[in-house]
Amino acid sequence: MLTRLAARALAGFGVVAGVMTLTFFALRLAPGDPVEHLLGPAARPEQLAAQRRALGLDRSVPVQYTAWVSRFVRGDWGISIAKGRPVRSVLGDAWPATVRLVGLSLLLSYLLGIAIGAVQAHRRGSRTDTALSVITVTLFAIPGFWLGLMLIMVFTYWARLLPAFGAAGLDADYLTGWVRVVDGLRHLALPLVTLTLIGVGGSARFVRGAMLDLASQQFVTTAHAKGLSPWRVTLRHTLRNALTPVVTLLGLSLPALFSGAVLVEAVFAWPGVGRVLVEAVQARDYPVVMAATTVSAGLVVAGNLLADVLAAWLDPRIGHREA
Amino acid sequence: MKRLLRDRRGAFGAVMLALVIACAVAAPLVTRGDPNTQGDIVATRFLAPLSTDAAGAFHALGTDRFGRDVWTRLVYGARVSLGVGLLAVLISLTLGVAIGALAGYGRGPVPLALLGLTDFALALPRIVLLLLLAALWRPSTALVIVVLGLTGWMSVARLVHGEVRALAARPFVDGAVAVGARPLRVLARHILPNALTPVIVAAALGIGNAIALEASLSYLGLGVQPPTPSWGNMIASGRDVLVNAPWVATAPGLALVLVVVACTLLGDAVRDALEPSGFSHQRSAPPA
Repeated sequence: MLTRLAARALAGFGVVAGVMTLTFFALRLAPGDPVEHLLGPAARPEQLAAQRRALGLDRSVPVQYTAWVSRFVRGDWGISIAKGRPVRSVLGDAWPATVRLVGLSLLLSYLLGIAIGAVQAHRRGSRTDTALSVITVTLFAIPGFWLGLMLIMVFTYWARLLPAFGAAGLDADYLTGWVRVVDGLRHLALPLVTLTLIGVGGSARFVRGAMLDLASQQFVTTAHAKGLSPWRVTLRHTLRNALTPVVTLLGLSLPALFSGAVLVEAVFAWPGVGRVLVEAVQARDYPVVMAATTVSAGLVVAGNLLADVLAAWLDPRIGHREA
Repeated sequence: MKRLLRDRRGAFGAVMLALVIACAVAAPLVTRGDPNTQGDIVATRFLAPLSTDAAGAFHALGTDRFGRDVWTRLVYGARVSLGVGLLAVLISLTLGVAIGALAGYGRGPVPLALLGLTDFALALPRIVLLLLLAALWRPSTALVIVVLGLTGWMSVARLVHGEVRALAARPFVDGAVAVGARPLRVLARHILPNALTPVIVAAALGIGNAIALEASLSYLGLGVQPPTPSWGNMIASGRDVLVNAPWVATAPGLALVLVVVACTLLGDAVRDALEPSGFSHQRSAPPA
């Protein structure tokens, strides 16, 4: 198990390094550079050249790459060209918001998905099953950014119930205690519901499928033959065994979830890593793009690793089989 | 085929897709005029659905901020969105089948390298790649197709790899080899045709996925550029007028959901019809 884990961690490290390298060279190969964005259209060629020299952008790409990697590894992530702030503080402000949003929606969408999938598998072929299938397929198909817009339209513009932009109200700094918590929750509500709803479709479909695959297995028949109640068989025998593929999927769906979060953050002006990334790409803010992609790749790899460990914990056979 | 249409999901998906494709192909017949014409903007903008403008033209889905008919743009946008989805999936299928087949049937270090590449690409957050590629070069429809194609082949490669590996051990393949068929011929004529079921399913799901991603990119302004209508940039243009003209963003979104649902249902039905019991583990993962 430990060797397997070490191998996975090493592979994950390779993925992160690969993402870093790929991003670096893609950025340098593409037309346009941050200096043009920084100095604007009125800048004279010699001003542009001087600024490029100051930022080290006039050196050859491999030299820049080695310099960047050695600084990044030592924890010096540079200064945002567009914002003038250290990249670490830009990302440091952003990642808790993303982790809060993505983590909570992951939890909610899987809990809901497992519940819905289990009900569907238990009552296979019934009206309930069909109705829930229609709902989950639709949720699965809805693009997150559009669902977000529709929720804003209904809950912000029509019902005037919930705020649609940002993670806190303009006056949040002056609020204290419960009022502040409530303000935060109200701002979290719409982005969280959006991400959760689009996630529930996929997870419920998967859970239903995984449980139906198991329904014809002998241990399920045995459990029924023992005279256990149908719900007990579903929950303690079928669902319990269906959880392993579900946890693996959870790890595999992290990149997708993060992708969804990028767009949902853009819709709700949620101050997370996704929004930082979108803005930085548009401004050709090299240091921020590099750090944001590396950090997000790292988060995804770490999530996959965690899912692996969880799956092995749920199904001890995995560790023994491949150790 | 019959089994496919007897399945209500398959019938619904097929009919829906056929309707949308028919509308897109016959766009000039089911709409009036050019999707980009702007008449008297002030007089014709933001007309509610089912209203008639001063010139007597009927707008079933209303008009947008430039007085353009939303239905017309929706239908012409279907051409763009469906076209992008189809072509992107074609690219990713070609890549995925080629890489998966080589990795599954090849020997030596090549399959390992290809599998490593696939796992690597699979672990990347797709949106990061899309953002990078789409934002760094000047956005265009062709770029969107290429970018979606290049970032969508991994799951197909994984599927094909698994199928090819399993099929390569079957007696009929040994038979073909014993008769003296060259490896490429064995692969192309004997193995691949038998490995296509999951590929068809993946293609159906992939088209829906690609259409949704095109919309996402266009929504961020990195995809199909206005005035060419695509469902994504129509939603984006409706974002700013959500309060006074909610139909501008609602209509293309509903169309998008309908098409993706149709693709998903059709994919499910095809899988169940072609392989009633097998490979049911290959459930669709959430859209990437």
